[in-house]
Amino acid sequence: MAAVSEEPVRLRTGPPALLVERLAYAYPDGHQALFGIDLRVEPGERVAVLGPNGAGKTTLVLHLNGVLSGGSGSISVAGLPLTKQALREVRRRVGIVFQDPDDQLFMPTVGEDVAFGPANFGLSGAELDARVRAALDAVGMAAHTDRSPLHLSGGQRRRVALATVLACDPEILVLDEPSANLEPVARRELAEVLLALDRTMLMVTHDLPYAAQLCPRSVLIDDGVIVADGPTRDLLADADLLAAHRLELPYGFRLD
Amino acid sequence: MSGGHGVHVLYRTGTSPVHRLAPQVKIVAALLGVICVVATPRTEFWAFGVYLALLAGIWVVAGVPAGHFARRAVIEVPFVVIALVMPFLGGGPRLSVLGLSLSEPGTLAGWNILAKGTIGVLASLTLAATTTPGELIVGLQRLRAPAVLTTIATLMLRYLEVIAAEARRMRTARISRGHDPRFLWQVGATARGIGALFVRSYERGERVHLAMVSRGWTGTMPDRGGTAAPLSWLAGLTPVLATAFVLGAAVWLP
Repeated sequence: MAAVSEEPVRLRTGPPALLVERLAYAYPDGHQALFGIDLRVEPGERVAVLGPNGAGKTTLVLHLNGVLSGGSGSISVAGLPLTKQALREVRRRVGIVFQDPDDQLFMPTVGEDVAFGPANFGLSGAELDARVRAALDAVGMAAHTDRSPLHLSGGQRRRVALATVLACDPEILVLDEPSANLEPVARRELAEVLLALDRTMLMVTHDLPYAAQLCPRSVLIDDGVIVADGPTRDLLADADLLAAHRLELPYGFRLD
Repeated sequence: MSGGHGVHVLYRTGTSPVHRLAPQVKIVAALLGVICVVATPRTEFWAFGVYLALLAGIWVVAGVPAGHFARRAVIEVPFVVIALVMPFLGGGPRLSVLGLSLSEPGTLAGWNILAKGTIGVLASLTLAATTTPGELIVGLQRLRAPAVLTTIATLMLRYLEVIAAEARRMRTARISRGHDPRFLWQVGATARGIGALFVRSYERGERVHLAMVSRGWTGTMPDRGGTAAPLSWLAGLTPVLATAFVLGAAVWLP
């Protein structure tokens, strides 16, 4: 278990963007999904969360903004502990982009959908319009503001889903399988958009090359615990570690 | 994913003053208009003629041909059948029309259903022809309709097509494996497919709700709408005022 980050040590004065301590959780049916997760993400870091199906990745994500709760342990986002009173602010600070854009985009037009989040968090009028425009600009979808999400391609929908969360101006972006179901070009375009955002990011993925491209640091979760934490390249080069946790690089890839 | 969208059954694209009127004004106008029609005594036959003429006037302004409404008014047929049967089934004094013995109260009751039903259906179709479903929801929201209802309607609008596409894909997958629901014993697969679709839609509902909550949703949709100017209320309610005037005349004039 390597606990070092690839990033150079820099003077950090503020609180970590995300701090998860001893998080454990069992579903109501008794299935224990998390057995004590410790994770610290500094501002500006991009971290991939890797792991086989059923490892507890999604359960962890749903804890980060308080959708799931009731287990033990604590979470704080940019210094703000997750409590019932702070739920709303935590939800603004943690922007989750879900796997299926059709689950996320539910309004009649792209613009209304992007406005949904910031309007919920209290923005209105010109300020809201500016926020919507900025978010759509950031993902290169400003020309499609008045279209229905139904009329967009898969890659476009994925980028609009990202914009709906960006518009809330989160402290940390959480992406659930961002490259799933994307054609190669759309996958690359999304990577370019994500890299240009320059935000703190937690990316849950099975797409190991994508993790290597986007995230300098990775954590590997299996059976509800973090089994490895370190530079993505090192993790992916460790064929034995990957094999032990049902992960493997696609055919033709080698990092060791 | 694509296919089937953008096709409106009831809405007719246009840019007329009726189309541009704020949706909340149109909803109020349609509702009040229908109430006036329903309140009109059934024996004031001329009043119903005036109502129909008013509607026709709106159609002209909106630029929607009468045929558009005539075809869609077919939905009313079951009620027409009831209305036509009533003269034969009612009791009381009899009328003799073309050698048929008809019940007088029955004939009046039938006429009542036919006239008020037809005008009610035509008024609703006029609203639907000049207002998109999305605008209707915005209108209801601005009229302070319960937020739960408008939210459900919004989601229904958005996901009807997603679920329809899902159903199409499931059907294609069934047919690709040799399913041919022409035979009665194969209906079971279709029924199970509908069951699976229900479960899938339910699960999608859960995921959509999660995604909404994650973006700070607390139960009401944020309203970015403006209010309608008094002038636009006046313009929109003019036909209703005319209707109310006719109603007053029908009730109080000897």
